[in-house]
Amino acid sequence: MARKSNGGIGRRRMLKGAAGMAGAAVGSGAITGFPVIWAQNNKNIVLRQCGTGVSAINEIAEKCKADLGITLQMTALDSDAVVQRVVTQPNSFDIGDIEYWMIKKVFPANTLQAMDVKKIKLFDKIVPIFTTGKLKPDSVIAQGTAPSTVSFVEGAGSTKFAKGQTQWFTAVPTIYNADTLGIRPDLVGRKIDSWKDILDPKFKGKTSILNIPSIGIMDAAMICEAAGIVKYGDKGNMTKAEIDKTIEFLIKTKKEGQFRAFWKTFDESVNLMTSGEVVIQSMWSPAVSAVRGKGVPCTYQPLKEGYRAWGGGLALAKHLQGAQLDAAYDYINWYLSGWVGAFLNRQGYYSAVLDTAKANMTEDEWGFWMEGKPAKGDIKNPQGQVVEKAGAVRDGGSFYDRMGAVACWNAVMDEDRYMVQKWNQFIAA
Amino acid sequence: MNRVNSWVTYLQVAPLSLVFLLFLVVPIVTIVVVSFFDYSTTQIIPAFLLQNYEELLLSPVTWQTYLQTLQFAVITWVLTLLIGFVIAYYLAFYVRSPTWQTVLFLVCTIPFWTSNIIRMISWIPFLGRNGLMNSALLQLGLIHEPLEFLLFSNFAVVLAYVHLYTLFMVVPIFNSMVRIDRSLLEAARDGGASGWQTLWNVILPLCKPGIAIGSIFVVTIVMGDFVTVRLMSGGQTASVGLMMMNAMSLLQYPAAAANAVVLLILVLLTVAVMMRLVDIRKEL
Repeated sequence: MARKSNGGIGRRRMLKGAAGMAGAAVGSGAITGFPVIWAQNNKNIVLRQCGTGVSAINEIAEKCKADLGITLQMTALDSDAVVQRVVTQPNSFDIGDIEYWMIKKVFPANTLQAMDVKKIKLFDKIVPIFTTGKLKPDSVIAQGTAPSTVSFVEGAGSTKFAKGQTQWFTAVPTIYNADTLGIRPDLVGRKIDSWKDILDPKFKGKTSILNIPSIGIMDAAMICEAAGIVKYGDKGNMTKAEIDKTIEFLIKTKKEGQFRAFWKTFDESVNLMTSGEVVIQSMWSPAVSAVRGKGVPCTYQPLKEGYRAWGGGLALAKHLQGAQLDAAYDYINWYLSGWVGAFLNRQGYYSAVLDTAKANMTEDEWGFWMEGKPAKGDIKNPQGQVVEKAGAVRDGGSFYDRMGAVACWNAVMDEDRYMVQKWNQFIAA
Repeated sequence: MNRVNSWVTYLQVAPLSLVFLLFLVVPIVTIVVVSFFDYSTTQIIPAFLLQNYEELLLSPVTWQTYLQTLQFAVITWVLTLLIGFVIAYYLAFYVRSPTWQTVLFLVCTIPFWTSNIIRMISWIPFLGRNGLMNSALLQLGLIHEPLEFLLFSNFAVVLAYVHLYTLFMVVPIFNSMVRIDRSLLEAARDGGASGWQTLWNVILPLCKPGIAIGSIFVVTIVMGDFVTVRLMSGGQTASVGLMMMNAMSLLQYPAAAANAVVLLILVLLTVAVMMRLVDIRKEL
């Protein structure tokens, strides 16, 4: 998902240089036969991180260089391209910044290696969504590819997902969030509280859903279920019959002219909303901020059926070893140590270890972003721009209100191939 | 002596043949081979299956999409040909001074200095519901509701195609026109032909190679396109290229390869028909 795809080419060009440098580093290490030296001197380490644009943030790379000496070369790709690269070019990256539904898809391809949780210092502090699967002890695990179901494998070299917790962790969570519909409160002219409201004939030709099959089908399922069209066993793993019914309904809705467009990238969704082409659509949290940033009112509307959640994590490439592998662990431990967490939380995302992030944020920031309290002063984004004025309250409320109301996680289905064929039918119809 | 000569000839054609072999023949053969492979979510499995072709050719979606793509190609071809011919005619016959011809010709190519995508995307704010076009029409009182069909529709797709690819018609047609011996036109006029008759019976036949080359450009580009369709239709319409793109993005390379082979055959047939009708070698 190219949530932020600016500068992709520049980064890619940098990557070429990085590949050469990394190759040289590995090569010279192999010749001298003393890879241990590198571990004490991270300055010569280059880690190539490829992933979705969400967490490919230059500030993080700069801070990483300053704190650890590790040069982080980031490549931002859309989610499909990430899957492709991880599977087909396993030597072109060192760290994969991938989403949990992708892990289910790519980990069995045996191009990634599981991490030893003993080397992750703050492992016990990671939000339990990613370990036990339960946010609070009494939480129910949501449908779809819940991160906890793909977080552990059975052994060191295994590609088989374990049922419970093991010592081998597939990915350290970076960013996660709960998605819902974005609306233009000034233009909808009614109360919106259900996914099915997108079907209101009043909004004919003024709605949009996203055209990324694996996520679009989930939003569609939330809509269909809310409207009572289809009843699902598991929205994240539909049967052929459920897919048929969902797509059939989508085609009918499309033919009636309910949708204005289907967007594929972050900026498209922002433009659709700011220009007033649509008034209610599937959206991602930073897109809502971007619309507001242009002075256009936009609400990330909590809905009674709950959220569709997603999350990403850092996974290690299979080929990493010796000094580079040690550096990768250093990087991951640094990632969880607070500075990055605070940075991400200030963008409206959630980070993996809350305690350390809290220590790096002001009380007002923590109250606004994480506890759903009204802001006491102006709330700034990591770049220092004011994003919310004093008194504002975050849409959807606190961390526990939002992440506790997840109905479904982004997922990859067993009937993936069939679903994509049907999705293509929908787009061609 | 003869033997040596033939060796020299082979050596001379060798570099180009190698380039073609490596960068044209090998990739196409690979695509054909892969199109028979099997695949799962994460891997491509070597096999010899007809399943990819079956799934493709037996699906009504494929036929709809091919028809849609052909429709785009035909409409775009007609429009670019008409507009391109008029522009080329103006440049070749109305503009007398060769300097001005060159200057105006360069002016035509200026838009090509900016990116294709930028030129396409700039239509979006122009045609949108609250875009310049709709605001202008509303303020002039010509319409009372914004025209929705302007953007995210087949109209928008064709508009972008015509805007992007007319030059591909202008260049070869202009090239053919400037080569026409002016004494032929004088002879036609002396023979009593009207302007239209000259155009129809003299200029047009002599421009055929240029038209054919331009047509090949436009038709093949439109048939293989996916970006324009995706951006301008707002995801509302599919094209063959988009179908392949969707399959590839889900690692379904064999399915995309099968589609590519079918499209390649179709485009080659189209080009073959054009070559049959016109001998473009005259132009070269």
